[in-house]
Amino acid sequence: MKFAVKAWSNCKARTGCLQLGNCPTAIDTPALLLSTCKGLPNFISPDLLPSLPSPDSHLLQFSPLHFLEGPSLKTISSIGGLQHLLGLHEYVFAAVARDSVQCLPECNASNKFGASFETTCGRRLIKPVEYVELISSMRPDIWASLADEVPSWVSDKRNKTSVDRTVRWLDECINLNSTGGAIFGAIVGGNDMEERQRCALEVVKRNVSGYWIGGFGLGESIDERPALLDAVTDVLPEELPRMICGLGLPEEILQGIAAGVDLFDSAYIYHLTLGGFALTFPLNGIAEKRPDTHLNDDASDRTKINLRATLYRKDTSPILEGCNCYACLNHTKAYINHLLNVHEMLAQILLEIHNTHHYLGFFRSIREAIKAGKFQQYHQKFVEGRRNHLALPAAAINS
Amino acid sequence: MALRFEIMGRFNRARAAQLTLPHFTCQTPLFMPVGTQGTIKGLTTQQLEEIGCQIILGNTYHLALRPTSELIDELGGLHKFMNWPRAMLTDSGGFQMVSLLHLADITEKGVTFQSPVDGKPMLLTPEESIQIQNRIGADIIMALDDVVRTTITGPRIEEAMYRTLRWIDRCIAAHKRPHEQNLFGIVQGGLDPVLRDICVRGLVDRNLPGYAIGGLAGGEDKDSFWRVVAQCTASLPEDKPRYVMGVGYPLDIVVCSALGADMYDCVYPTRTARFGTALIPEGVLKLKHQVMADDTRPIDPTCDCMVCRNYTRAYIHCLVTKYAMGSQLLSYHNLYYMMKLSRDLHSSIVQGQFPEFVRKFLQRMFPQGDVPQWVCNAMEVAGIDISSCCAPFTTRNTVFSDEISSLKPQNSCKNPSAT
Ligand SMILES: [Zn+2]
Ligand SMILES: [Zn+2]
Repeated sequence: MKFAVKAWSNCKARTGCLQLGNCPTAIDTPALLLSTCKGLPNFISPDLLPSLPSPDSHLLQFSPLHFLEGPSLKTISSIGGLQHLLGLHEYVFAAVARDSVQCLPECNASNKFGASFETTCGRRLIKPVEYVELISSMRPDIWASLADEVPSWVSDKRNKTSVDRTVRWLDECINLNSTGGAIFGAIVGGNDMEERQRCALEVVKRNVSGYWIGGFGLGESIDERPALLDAVTDVLPEELPRMICGLGLPEEILQGIAAGVDLFDSAYIYHLTLGGFALTFPLNGIAEKRPDTHLNDDASDRTKINLRATLYRKDTSPILEGCNCYACLNHTKAYINHLLNVHEMLAQILLEIHNTHHYLGFFRSIREAIKAGKFQQYHQKFVEGRRNHLALPAAAINS
Repeated sequence: MALRFEIMGRFNRARAAQLTLPHFTCQTPLFMPVGTQGTIKGLTTQQLEEIGCQIILGNTYHLALRPTSELIDELGGLHKFMNWPRAMLTDSGGFQMVSLLHLADITEKGVTFQSPVDGKPMLLTPEESIQIQNRIGADIIMALDDVVRTTITGPRIEEAMYRTLRWIDRCIAAHKRPHEQNLFGIVQGGLDPVLRDICVRGLVDRNLPGYAIGGLAGGEDKDSFWRVVAQCTASLPEDKPRYVMGVGYPLDIVVCSALGADMYDCVYPTRTARFGTALIPEGVLKLKHQVMADDTRPIDPTCDCMVCRNYTRAYIHCLVTKYAMGSQLLSYHNLYYMMKLSRDLHSSIVQGQFPEFVRKFLQRMFPQGDVPQWVCNAMEVAGIDISSCCAPFTTRNTVFSDEISSLKPQNSCKNPSAT
């Protein structure tokens, strides 16, 4: 793995370039890692993947714990690892135990031996040695060390323990590693700035290829997050990539980028898709100021629309005018509305394609803003656009 | 009439034809995947085109409920609504009502049923069925017929057949778009050759663009099934397409094609995929079975589809019946298999290789030579010599014990489905 930071905006936000063995072209950061179920996107079959922007869509994140059921590790290993198992030779795989969808940390059941997760095959305690075995058979390009992630409300004592364990498990992972994949050291510390920093400083001492920031999206408020993120990224060396888990909303992504994070997961897209939502926010970061024509319509909050709404029953326009994804080039809102009404799988296929396409476009426009040195303005405009929107209904009531 | 049917090749009763419909020129014999609600479950229309799908089926009953035929009409027809550029066929809605609803009652007026929306009694008349199908806009529309279970006997069968004939005139009279849509009549008459004959002659008199053989694939024994098909295909006009409704097992399609049928439809390939079963030349492969967990072969090593080129049985095993992607990938493979079967039937007939094709097909499906007796009987009528595929009678006992152990990995693909 090669990583180089290419430019900083007028703040900590940075754009870089990630080069990995199998992907023919380098991938620019900040970048989105596509969420997967057992290595494939939830609904986008491999023959439809190339319709997404390339190489932007070539980073896939998976949880090795998805394979606690299924082919034996020996079989996966003999096939040649995940890339071969999935037939995705020009894609980059990043392994993270937690996936925010089917594999969630269960801190009460974690102990000094390993981390506990709620998975599709029940609650499982995973020890570092077992985790590394999974990793070794799957041979991801990047993998995060095992972390003891805790939600924001745990006691200081429990939070300290989580940092101690995570650092100890990182050492075990490094010692056991035999894959050649790039290890990203896990950084936790919950809502405690000092613990966050202590963890980051310990991880920085280790021989890692990058950093994985865990313990977010677990109950902390969006307002306290920037300080916590800064506490971590302030002590990280600039030259290594930083991946984060648990930030999904556009505003959260922007927070992460503002703190200097490079890689993000996309469980958000999965949840949107299941809910029948399609992303529609403008990518230039400037939310139009004109009064919303659908002011009283709860189908839209200006970042997304809900295609289940009866409003779209006869709407023959694409999800988003000007979007050139497969769904928008081929289908109408009315059709997707029908598919959702009758519970047809094609609805999720089309929505996942559009949402992924749109979010990759969002990342691209962020990178352009950083390169132009205008990330802060971009960030501010985006947040203001949202605030204006939220203020609009109140204004309408008052008038 | 809005179709052309040109026969490109024959072998005895079997024929390969070019069927030109308003939206697409199809090669027959062909299989039509069922897209009940305006989509083939789990596949995009682009994928359907890629695998060579020529015509898909929509279910009038479901579409009339949601999104409603009025809405489809307003938005420009089902082709446009679902963005499917190729051919389409809709059923009459009658069969769905009788099979899905407990309280359907058939009278001379039409099919009375309880509305699934508000529980009120509703009536689907032949006129209404055609009106709805005119709004949906498929290339081929089906007449409303009086559907009865093939397994029942007695005067009800006779009544249904005569009613079907009376209704066809009402359907023809109600059909408003005969230059854009082809109305097919449906031969009824149960398993009674006399009734089937009366029905065929009655329909042929109406000079319809095509004919369907209905009331089969409903649990009747296989010998009765093929005999009805053989009787109907023998007396239906040569220059019109013949569609056997509800047939989807690959073996049945090969047999019916040998007997002179051209078109088939069934939910089987996609439904069985959702239950974790793959269609392969040897029969079926149950991907859910534990022996698949570490089987590193493709589903079908001789298949060129996207799934078989990329995935092992082991990987599909861990997806099937649990994740959407499992049924997406298996449906893709199964439909690819059906499309390949359709193409092979067509080209082998055109190239004069049809008997060889049938023999190879049977040899792969029945490597022990245990070709079912009904297939042998049908092939005799079709004039195809399959003696080289059939083992002498005395060896049949050993076949059975092998079938029991068919889930051992080595044998798993050598055996036909445990049907
Ligand atoms: Zn789109
Ligand atoms: Zn295949």
